[in-house]
Amino acid sequence: MTTNPPGADLPEHPDFLWRNPEPKKTYDVVIVGGGGHGLATAHYLAKNHGITNVAVLEKGWLAGGNMARNTTLIRSNYLWDESAAIYEHSLKLWEGLEDDLGYPILFSQRGVLNLAHTEQDIRDSVRRVEANKLNGIDAEWLEPDEVKRICPIINTSEDIRYPVQGATYQARAGIAKHDYVAWGFARRADEAGIDLIQDCEVLGFTVDGDRVTGVRTSRGDIGCGTVALCAAGHTSVLLDHLGVRAPLQSHPLQALVSELLEPVHPTIVMSNAVHVYVSQAHKGELVMGAGVDAYNGYGQRGAFHIIERQMAAAVELFPVFARAHLLRSWAGIVDVTPDASPIIGHTPYENVFVNAGWGTGGFKATPGIGWCYAHTIAHGEPHPYVAPFSLGRFTTGALVDEHGAAAVAH
Amino acid sequence: MQLIHCPWCGPREEVEFHYGGQAGVAYPERPAELSDQDWAEYVFYRDNPKGTFAERWSHSAGCRRWFDAVRDTHTYRFLSTTKPRPKEVRV
Repeated sequence: MTTNPPGADLPEHPDFLWRNPEPKKTYDVVIVGGGGHGLATAHYLAKNHGITNVAVLEKGWLAGGNMARNTTLIRSNYLWDESAAIYEHSLKLWEGLEDDLGYPILFSQRGVLNLAHTEQDIRDSVRRVEANKLNGIDAEWLEPDEVKRICPIINTSEDIRYPVQGATYQARAGIAKHDYVAWGFARRADEAGIDLIQDCEVLGFTVDGDRVTGVRTSRGDIGCGTVALCAAGHTSVLLDHLGVRAPLQSHPLQALVSELLEPVHPTIVMSNAVHVYVSQAHKGELVMGAGVDAYNGYGQRGAFHIIERQMAAAVELFPVFARAHLLRSWAGIVDVTPDASPIIGHTPYENVFVNAGWGTGGFKATPGIGWCYAHTIAHGEPHPYVAPFSLGRFTTGALVDEHGAAAVAH
Repeated sequence: MQLIHCPWCGPREEVEFHYGGQAGVAYPERPAELSDQDWAEYVFYRDNPKGTFAERWSHSAGCRRWFDAVRDTHTYRFLSTTKPRPKEVRV
C-alpha cells in the first residue's frame, strides 16, 4: 500500500484522446460497441493481425456504458479449465498492458480474498484452490487469522451472523483504473487508423442471405465485411434485429462508492454468501458491488433493497465502514447466461460474430477477450481459448457451469 | 423500492416478491419428438426485450401464489398484474 496520500499517484489527464471521425461508407470490420471489449478488440485487430480498416460504433460515448459502471476487479481464480484459460490469459496481458498501451492504467495487484462462511464454502474453496493450482494459477487457502493478517479491518469474530471461516487468496489479482484502460486502448486503436465513432446507434442490419452486408445506424448506413457484436447487456436488442435468439437475460448490476477515505483497505474482499465485494480505489473511495437485481432490466438503475442488504453485509464484515458516507450508486446492464459463462463465436450469419454474456465478470476479461476475439474475427474461427464458449454448447450440453463455482454468484 | 400489485393481496412492497422470468413458456406437448435444439430452446432460451415483457412473479412473502405481470424492462413500470389463466384441460 502506498504511503502517499490517496490520489497522489494519479496521472494527469491526457491532452489528446482520439480523433472523432465521420463514418466511412464501408469497413472490413465493424465492431458494435465501444466499451472495453470493443476497444480492446480493435487494438488487437491492428496490433496482432494488421487489420485497421475497422470502425468501432458506440451509441453513447466511448466506454460510457458498463465500462464506466463496473467495480474494476481483475482475477483469474475460476474453477473450470475453460474459464481459467481465458481469464488467466487476460491476467497475464493485464500484467504487461501498461507497456503495451504506453499509457498508465494504474494496475494494482493487491490480491483478492474470497471469503468462506460455512463448512461447504470451505470445501468448495479448497477445491477451487487446488483446481487453480493445476491450471498454473496462483491460489492459497487461508485460515481466519491469516485473513486478518492480510486485511486487518475484517471482522473475524465468531459472533457475527456469518463468521469468516477462511478465504481463498489470489495475490496476483488486482484493480485497474477503468477509464484509463479504455482510453489506453482507444488511443492505440486510433493511432493505428481505426475509426472510433461515437453517438452512433445501430438500428438494424442489411441482410443478403446468410450474410450481413451493412449496418444501419443513426449516422447512416455503413457497409461491412465482418460484424463483431460487443454490446454487453444490449446484445439481445441487436440480435433481435437479426432474428437470432440467444440464451441471454439482461439485468441491472448495482455498485456504489463511499466518500474518499484514507487508505484502510489493502486488498479486495469478496463474499459469496453475504454478497458484497469491496476494494478501495486509488483516490480513496470504497468501491462496493452487489449481485444482480433479480428481474430483467435495461434501466441502468436497480432497487434500493439490494443496496440495503449489501450495506448490511459490508458493515458486519467491516465495522469500520459504519460511519462512511455513500457518495453515489449506479447500475450497469449485464447479460447473464444459464451457465454464467460468456457466449463467443459464430452466429447463424456467416460474417457476424458475437461476444456477450459475460454477466458480472466482463471487465477482468477485457484484454484477454480483445485478443481472442480479434483472432476469431481475423481467422473466421474461434481462438482456442474461446472455442468452448460457443452458442452451440446450449444444444450439445457442454456447458461451462461457473454458477457459484467461480468464487462469486452471478 | 416499488409497490407491486398482487392480484390477491393488493399493493405490497417489492421485497415480498420473487421473480420468475418469462411467462407463458409451455411444457412441450410432445417431448419425445423434440430435437436437441428444441430442448435447448425450451430449457435455456427466453425472450429478453427492452420494453414490454410478460413475466411471472410470486408473492412469496405474502399469499405465496404465482401471477402474471406485464412490465416495461426499460422503465421497470408494471403495466398489469393478473391471476394466471386456468390451464386448458386436454383430453
